[in-house]
Amino acid sequence: MISERLVEIILDSFWQILLPGLAVTIPLTAVSFFFAMIIAVITAMVQFARVPVLRHIARFYIWVARGTPLLVQLFVVFYGLPDLGIILEPIPAAIIVFSLNEGAYCAETVRASLEAVPHGQMEAGRCVGMSYLQVMGRIVLPQAMRIAFPSLSNSLIAMVKDTSLASNITVTEMFMETQRIASRYAEFLPLYIEVGLIYLLFCTVLTKVQRIVEKRLGTYGRQGG
Amino acid sequence: MLEVHNLRKSFGSLEVLRGIDLTVNKGDVVAVLGSSGSGKTTLLRCLNFLETSDAGVMTFDGEQFQMERMSKKDIARLRAKTAFVFQDYNLFLNKTALQNVTEGLIVARKMPKEEAVALGRRMLAKVGLSDREAHSPSQLSGGQQQLVAIARAMATDPEIIYFDEPTSALDPELTGEVLSVMRDLAEEGRTMLVVTHEMGFARHVSNQVIFMEHGEVVESGDSKNFFEHPQQERTRAFLRNIYQAGTPAD
Repeated sequence: MISERLVEIILDSFWQILLPGLAVTIPLTAVSFFFAMIIAVITAMVQFARVPVLRHIARFYIWVARGTPLLVQLFVVFYGLPDLGIILEPIPAAIIVFSLNEGAYCAETVRASLEAVPHGQMEAGRCVGMSYLQVMGRIVLPQAMRIAFPSLSNSLIAMVKDTSLASNITVTEMFMETQRIASRYAEFLPLYIEVGLIYLLFCTVLTKVQRIVEKRLGTYGRQGG
Repeated sequence: MLEVHNLRKSFGSLEVLRGIDLTVNKGDVVAVLGSSGSGKTTLLRCLNFLETSDAGVMTFDGEQFQMERMSKKDIARLRAKTAFVFQDYNLFLNKTALQNVTEGLIVARKMPKEEAVALGRRMLAKVGLSDREAHSPSQLSGGQQQLVAIARAMATDPEIIYFDEPTSALDPELTGEVLSVMRDLAEEGRTMLVVTHEMGFARHVSNQVIFMEHGEVVESGDSKNFFEHPQQERTRAFLRNIYQAGTPAD
């Protein structure tokens, strides 16, 4: 069933697909996730600390970002904003959309994790004389991030795959490249399976890394009597 | 040193503190007694502004504060002179035993790190936990965690230490070492305000007792008198109950 020609196409295309994977998909994911984390922590803290006005803005942002499709968001920013004179290159547009979209989901994860840290941690910190932000940054947030870690890893893995949507706004990432190769050879099933396997490979590596990091971090554990 | 007048606090329609007066002199060890729900813990939390009081005047070191409207700055200033030991320890879970003691010194008091570490080690030695300095809280027993919490409280050399039922979460066999460290502190002349159910401690270590019921101080004064010649009927009933429950005072 698998002809020699097919084997050759699959082998030849492997590097052609992997290259934009390494050059575009991974950096796009990494940069977007980095910004998403910053957005998530700030958005979560604003809500946790019940900062007036800002917390309502945070809720509104999360509402919109989670309630509309990622693909629609990409189209609004890349094809829609030029109507207002805001013209973005494909990759910056993708980074903005992915960061904001992922940031909203991760903000909820971080907020829930902040609430999972025992309230006594903050009180004890205040009682030894630290300011709210000092306790937040040194005691509460590190513990929250440990709690959030598995869920955030989940989000990161989801994002690797979501970057394929950027092909719709002309970003030549892994999937876009695969589509080109597939139509050039008129071979669809093998190439789409191939790109799927490469995504799977990326995610497998991330899953392994997650395991190792989780083990290294340990848990703070619930104390006994 | 610490004087509080007419301290009031309600949670919704529930009046938890109905006008508490108390005086703590330097070197006093004051035991706050009372059954569950009498407002003891709330009193302590109000004194350190973990709860905002509805009314009350506090005089600390001769300086007067209106407790229902404290500025953040005043709260910070007062907290710098006090320390708090919690019922469930509240050690920083992401820090080691030693870091628990030094964290406040380094971060809040800007003490140089080496100095803080040396002081932290002295404090851990004092509670007998020198060999546990690198342990995280989850690796320590409840009693050891509470001892670290006491070391953390002492490290800042506070003018008064508030203890909120420091042995209530501990297994009976673990309360002994915590109480003996507290006894050492009392003998050093530390000023302490201790909410407790430990009648032995109240009778033999503390020199003053405050007995509360339903958010009011029923009786207070010298601890020897309190146990030997209780003035109020409600105090006598409370003491009778305690003895019948099988926790004799010595």
